[in-house]
Amino acid sequence: MKYQSQKIAYAYFAVALGLFAVQILGGLLAGWVYVMPNTLSELVPFNIIRMLHTNSLVVWLLLGFFGAAYFLIPEEAEREIHSPTIAYLQLIILVVGTLGVVVTYLFNLFEGNWLLGKEGREFLEQPKWVKAGIVVAALMFLFNVTMTVLKGKKTAITNILLLGLWGLALLFLFAFYNPVNLSLDKMYWWYVIHLWVEGVWELIMASILAYLMLKLTGVDREVVEKWLYVIVAAALFSGILGTGHHYYWIGAPGYWQWIGSIFSSLEVIPFFAMMSFAFVMVWKGRRDHPNKAALLWSLGCATLAFFGAGIWGFLHTLHGVNYYTHGTQITAAHGHLAFFGAYVCLNLAIMSYAMPILKHRDPYNQVLNMASFWLMSGGMVFMTFTLTFAGTVQTHMQRVIGEYYMDVQDSIAIFYWMRFGAGIAVLLGVLLFLYAIFMPRREVVTPGPIERHRLEEDPDHVPAE
Amino acid sequence: MSEATVLDELPGDLMMWVLIVSELLVFGAGLAAFLAVRATDPAGFAEAQSFLNRSAAGLNTVILVTSGFLAALALPLREAGRSGISRLALVAASLLGVLFLVIKAVEYSDKSALGIGWDSHPFFTFYYLLTGFHAAHVVAGIVILLLVGWRNAPRNIEVGTAFWHMVDLVWVLLFPVIYLLR
Repeated sequence: MKYQSQKIAYAYFAVALGLFAVQILGGLLAGWVYVMPNTLSELVPFNIIRMLHTNSLVVWLLLGFFGAAYFLIPEEAEREIHSPTIAYLQLIILVVGTLGVVVTYLFNLFEGNWLLGKEGREFLEQPKWVKAGIVVAALMFLFNVTMTVLKGKKTAITNILLLGLWGLALLFLFAFYNPVNLSLDKMYWWYVIHLWVEGVWELIMASILAYLMLKLTGVDREVVEKWLYVIVAAALFSGILGTGHHYYWIGAPGYWQWIGSIFSSLEVIPFFAMMSFAFVMVWKGRRDHPNKAALLWSLGCATLAFFGAGIWGFLHTLHGVNYYTHGTQITAAHGHLAFFGAYVCLNLAIMSYAMPILKHRDPYNQVLNMASFWLMSGGMVFMTFTLTFAGTVQTHMQRVIGEYYMDVQDSIAIFYWMRFGAGIAVLLGVLLFLYAIFMPRREVVTPGPIERHRLEEDPDHVPAE
Repeated sequence: MSEATVLDELPGDLMMWVLIVSELLVFGAGLAAFLAVRATDPAGFAEAQSFLNRSAAGLNTVILVTSGFLAALALPLREAGRSGISRLALVAASLLGVLFLVIKAVEYSDKSALGIGWDSHPFFTFYYLLTGFHAAHVVAGIVILLLVGWRNAPRNIEVGTAFWHMVDLVWVLLFPVIYLLR
């Protein structure tokens, strides 16, 4: 750790990981309700569990992004964060807001209250006071990191990261605009959700990946930057008008069907470019960085994002297909692998890189972390497959043949059982990851025959510890 | 860049080529979709197409290609040190772009006088989407040509005119497929 203020990231990562655990427990509970529908139906209805699952996901990812920014901006800008006090205050506001949200959702307090009650707009359910708190926290954050960059060295990585973070904060303002007309409501609603995950978050993702590649592979900055600009251009070119793929059936004019189909099909390109980028950098790289776990998560991120966001997204993005699949388990399959691949893995990658440094704990605890990657990713991929099969059967029985929704649900129950099993694997993976990050002080694994041979042949090779 | 790649041989800027390829993908996909939907209703598409003004579009093709020729002259002129006449070529090219838009606007208003809108027929949905999207690029191209005429470093001219040639190329693809194909 070169700069003291990078330590701020530790607090952000710790809170983020705590919420990650909450999110996964909520997901597991929701998965259980799918197979045992009456579980907690009076006490905590399914819609509340789902709200906690999705809201905690978004909040912990944001906390992870903030932590990543506090970790990498000092190194890139070559100076300390402008004000650590503001950074910690920002975290406190976000934590209070999060707790407020959880309590409000669980006990359904202040129903209908303009300021304190939950707003009932999917994903943007947060009470208004929490939304305002998020804006205040975002402004403090932007002020803090922008001041740091303005006073320090400006690199392509920090420029793109700041562009993404500014976009993130500004687009959130649409959460306050809630027209009475339901079509307009949905239109602006997507300005937040879609333009985040298929727009500015991709800029954040690309810049954090670029930082990791720079550190882990030792490829020239110039090469990394060229890739970064191309990826960002492709992401914005396809992602902004790609919003149209949400406008097919909400009452928007019909031309959105073609705009959405064509542009969102191109959204595969930035994800393919990010995957190519990560692998080409590793092939070209001269540095044999000992933090193999961070590299594994980075490559896993780029690959699973390509499949989850790119391929599974394209699967149902054309309006002729979406006419049948809209809102089926196909959507759930895509949502799960896309969020996991693109943004969960990204956060876990930067945490795997930063945490050993922040905890002054080299050699790193690699093997358990890498095992958690395979357990978590294997679980998520299996879950994606079961939901895809469930969605395919559902689409055919319900949308093509025209059977009743609940009859169809009964006949695909087997897939929901398998999904629950996959969820348990993911939970075990998360627990293993948390253990690997926080607990052991030191773990040394004796190199196997291949590694021993490599160590003898290649004097520059650094073993994974 | 540590090693020279084929990308370094591209004239102008890599990012402009990324944009050009992206645009060609979009218009290509749009034309492919147009042809696919047309195959489901050849008679309806032929009837709708008969409302188009072929002469105006043909004239516009000549205008845009001429404008592209003038834009192409700008770089060698600039490199020969004839900065003033190079600027003139760029301004003339952008004026022809404006003329293209005027004729396009006349076309659109004729359609609207006939009560034809984007949702009158799938043909017109594609007609308005593709030509409208192209016209928006003509507007952007005019601004770019004037910008590189003002800040007329040879590299800027190279980048700006590459965009304009793309706008030109897209029209040359749209014109036969939308207006002429029977």
